[in-house]
Amino acid sequence: MSSTLLRTVPALRGAIRVSGATKPAAALASTSFVRGKATLPDLSYDYGALEPHISGKIMELHHKKHHQTYVTGLNGALTTIAEAESKGDFTKAASVAPLLNFHGGGHLNHSLFWENLAPASRDGGGEPDGALKKAINEDFGSFDAFRKQMNTSLAGIQGSGWAWLVKDNQSGTLGLVTRANQDPVTGQYSPLLGIDAWEHAYYLQYENRKAEYFEAIWNVINWKTVASRFEKA
Amino acid sequence: MELHHSKHHQTYVTNLNRALESHHAAILANDIAAQIALQPVIKFNGGGHINHALFWQNLAPESDEGAKPDAAPSLVAEITKRWGSVDKFKENFSSALLGIQGSGWGWLVKEEGEGAGALRIITTQNQDPVFSGEVPIIGVDMWEHAYYLQYLNGKASYVENIWNVINWKTAEQRFLAGRADVLKGLEL
Ligand SMILES: [Fe+2]
Ligand SMILES: [Fe+2]
Repeated sequence: MSSTLLRTVPALRGAIRVSGATKPAAALASTSFVRGKATLPDLSYDYGALEPHISGKIMELHHKKHHQTYVTGLNGALTTIAEAESKGDFTKAASVAPLLNFHGGGHLNHSLFWENLAPASRDGGGEPDGALKKAINEDFGSFDAFRKQMNTSLAGIQGSGWAWLVKDNQSGTLGLVTRANQDPVTGQYSPLLGIDAWEHAYYLQYENRKAEYFEAIWNVINWKTVASRFEKA
Repeated sequence: MELHHSKHHQTYVTNLNRALESHHAAILANDIAAQIALQPVIKFNGGGHINHALFWQNLAPESDEGAKPDAAPSLVAEITKRWGSVDKFKENFSSALLGIQGSGWGWLVKEEGEGAGALRIITTQNQDPVFSGEVPIIGVDMWEHAYYLQYLNGKASYVENIWNVINWKTAEQRFLAGRADVLKGLEL
């Protein structure tokens, strides 16, 4: 028993290091980290620029308050871990893992999300073209079928969470995954397009009619971002 | 409150009824796979129905007699034994509520069976109902729809203010009753 355990440990550690060092870094290129601290990224459009599909009030609160809370929580968790580590208190450091996952995931997910959006008058809406269009047609049948499947995934989330269009790093194919709360998309999948299905993402405008939000958001999806993530993944 | 009751709670009821109908049909057809596939839907919507029904009952207008801890003498005595004071209990309950990641509920529960009568604060994810073996006494909805229109991202203010409208009279009755009595009347 114990020898098996010993033998698997280094292999496991290696595997974790490798998967941690792969793709997510590319997708995160524009997320800002200053002196090891996470910071709130700027948006490349005004809060009101996604109207009427997503209200300026929602965008402002979502970015300035919710995302900021994840940034603050992530930095807090990192500080706690560093302090515990310096004292050799690894039990304490490990106990912060759920907070690190939640706030780190929240920061990562929202950073990816803002870049997935663009005003309808600029890059938002329409349909993808080129290699991405081809891949969507191959893996989902058609763009419409993909959209329907993604909306079904979003509607099926029980509680708070996200739905993602991902690229499977092993097979190279596209797929849909959902994540509960702020669990990030990592490991086998590269996140290409994420849609926030937390109530704070739509409630002020759409109240309980979340299906309307899931319909409307397609008018402000930035396919250029999705395509460039697809190429880099 | 209106949206929460007439829309959200109604959606859980509608979807629960639909899932139960499909489940009934699956039983008649002896379709085991379909019955299993319906379990998460039944749990989510059934939990949503039960949780909200319990929640409405454990709220009261601030002006009501029942909205003060005085209306729950035996429960308060047990709370004081466990946490030192009602204020200390509120502090603990509030921080459990604010620690929920994502959507969920916070509950004051009473143990049944072994260790019967002991009070505990628990949190549950999404619409998971309170486990068997525990009597739900006070539940607080921590889904964003419960407070967003009024408090926006300020959920700490929602939690602070909910204490003004807790129905302690209902809480006392639940504390003195068993789980079956508490859940009675929640049939569809
Ligand atoms: Fe969000
Ligand atoms: Fe609710």
